[in-house]
Amino acid sequence: MDNTQTKKQTAVITVVGHDRVGIIAAVSRLLADKNVNINDISQTILQDVFTMIMMVDLSKSQEDIKLLADELEALGKSLEISIRIQHTDIFDAMHRI
Amino acid sequence: MFNEFEILETIRMFQEQHLDVRTITMGISLMDCATGDSEKTCQIIYDKICRKAEHLVKTGEDISREYGIPIIHKRISVTPISLVAASGDTRDYTCYARALDRAAAQVGINFIGGFSALVQKGYSDSDRALIASIPEALATTDLVCSSINLATTRVGINMDAVRDMGKIIKQTAELTADQDAIGCAKLVVFANAPDDNPFMAGAFLGPGEPECVINVGVSGPGVVKHAMESARGQDLGVLADTIKRAAFKITRVGQLVAREASRRLDVPFGIIDLSLAPTPVVGDSIARILEEFGLDTCGAWGTTAALAMLNDAVKKGGTMASSFVGGLSGAFIPVSEDEGMIAAVNAGALSLEKLEAMTCVCSVGIDMVAIPGDTPAETISGIIADEMAVGTFNNKTTAVRIIPVPGKTVGDTVSYGGLLGSAPIMKVNSASPADFINRGGRIPAPIHSMKN
Repeated sequence: MDNTQTKKQTAVITVVGHDRVGIIAAVSRLLADKNVNINDISQTILQDVFTMIMMVDLSKSQEDIKLLADELEALGKSLEISIRIQHTDIFDAMHRI
Repeated sequence: MFNEFEILETIRMFQEQHLDVRTITMGISLMDCATGDSEKTCQIIYDKICRKAEHLVKTGEDISREYGIPIIHKRISVTPISLVAASGDTRDYTCYARALDRAAAQVGINFIGGFSALVQKGYSDSDRALIASIPEALATTDLVCSSINLATTRVGINMDAVRDMGKIIKQTAELTADQDAIGCAKLVVFANAPDDNPFMAGAFLGPGEPECVINVGVSGPGVVKHAMESARGQDLGVLADTIKRAAFKITRVGQLVAREASRRLDVPFGIIDLSLAPTPVVGDSIARILEEFGLDTCGAWGTTAALAMLNDAVKKGGTMASSFVGGLSGAFIPVSEDEGMIAAVNAGALSLEKLEAMTCVCSVGIDMVAIPGDTPAETISGIIADEMAVGTFNNKTTAVRIIPVPGKTVGDTVSYGGLLGSAPIMKVNSASPADFINRGGRIPAPIHSMKN
C-alpha cells in the first residue's frame, strides 16, 4: 500500500452467469488480442450459477484497464453474462492484513 | 493469491450489498482569497476552486472504473465563508454562495459545503451577516450547503444562535416552499462540528486544516446487514465480532480509494470517515440493520441499545483498517434517506422523541426529519437546544437538519427524489418552549469540559 512502490499490474476477472458454450474461449480471445496474460483460471458452479475467476497480468498490454473493462462488459452483454475486471489491490486491501 | 470465497465475497459486496465509497471530498482552504472587495473575492474563490478541483471528478471516475468500486459522490468543502467574507465590503453574503455554486457546477460535483459559521461562543459581525444571508443563499443556489456550529463541549451552547437558527430554518423553508422547503435539506446546525467531515450538508474545512486535503466517506449498511444475517441466533458477542469484521473490510476499501485519490491528485490524505450512511435504496438501510438485531421495527424498545452496539463495533473494526479516522464516524440515522426509517415512522413505531434518544449513541442527530410547516420557530429552536445539549454534555457531535414543510401536516409525505429520498411529516410535541428559548444567553460548558 506504499504510495511510492511500483504498482502491480495484475487484475481479477470474474464471470458470473448461465453456463454456455464458448465463454472461456471468448474471454481468452479478447485477452489474447490485448496481450493480457492469464496467470490462473478457475471455474465452478455455485448455486446453479457458472462462476469463473481469472487472474491476469496487464504488464505487457498497452491497453488501459478502464478500456479493457468497457470491452469485457460489452462482451458480457453479448453473451448475457456479467464480466468484471478489478485491480487486485482491492482484494489485497479487503482480505490481507 | 486469493481463494474463490474471498473473491466472490468482494464481488457480492459491490453487486448485491450496495458497498460503495460514498464520497471523495476535497477540502480547499479559501483563507488566501479574502480581499476588501467582495466581488473580487468571489472571483478569486471561483478561480481557486476550479483550479484545485479541476481533476477531482475525473480522478474519482477513473478509480471507480479500475477497481470496480462505485464512488457515489465527488464533493468539495471549503473554509467557513464567514471567515473569508469578513473583510469584504458587503454584508449580503449571497454573492459568495453563488460563486461557490458556479464553481461546483463548473467542476462537476454535486454539493459544495462551507457556507458556514462557527458561533459556539458568540457572533462576529461576519457571522451575523452570513446567518442572515442563509435563506436567500439556499433559495438561489442548487449545490451549496450551509452549516452552523452552535455549541461545543469546551465552551457550552450559544442559545442566542439557537433561537436565531429556529427563525432562519423557518425562513429558509418559506423561501423554498415551492419545492417542499428543500433549502432546509441543505442546512444543518451542529454541536462539536468536526473540521474534516466529508459528508453533506455539514462539510466544511476547519481553520486548522491544510491548504488542500482529501477526506473520504465509506459506507456499507448492506454489507453489515448481510454479515449479521450469517450470525442469526448467535449471542451479542458473536454479533459484535461479525460487525467489526465487516466494518474492517469496508474501511480498507475506503483507505485504498483515499490513498489512490490522494496520490493521483497530489493532495494529502486527511481522514477516512467510518460512518454507515444509508440511501433510500432497499438493502441500504440502517433501520433494517437495527431490526436484524432482533427488533420488530426500528423504534421498538431496545433500538437505542442496538444502535449503540452497532456504532461502537463499526468504529472498532474501522479504526484498525485506517491510519487516520475522523469526520463524524458513526451510524447516520436520517429519516428521509432510509427506507426502513420511513417504514418505521409510517408504522407509528418511531417518534421524534425516540430519534432524539438514538442520537445519544450515534454520530449525527435529528437528520432529514420533515415536520409540520406551522411548527413555531421557538419549537424548532427547542428541538435544536435539546440536540445541542445531547452533544455538548456527552462530548460528541450532534446535529439537526429539520424541514418544516409549508402547508404540510402529519399524515402528509414530501418527496425530494434521489438521495434525499422522501419523508413522512412527523408529529411534534405542541407544548411551547418559547419563554426558555427567548431568554437568550449561553448555557455554560459542562464541568467535564475542564480537563486542563
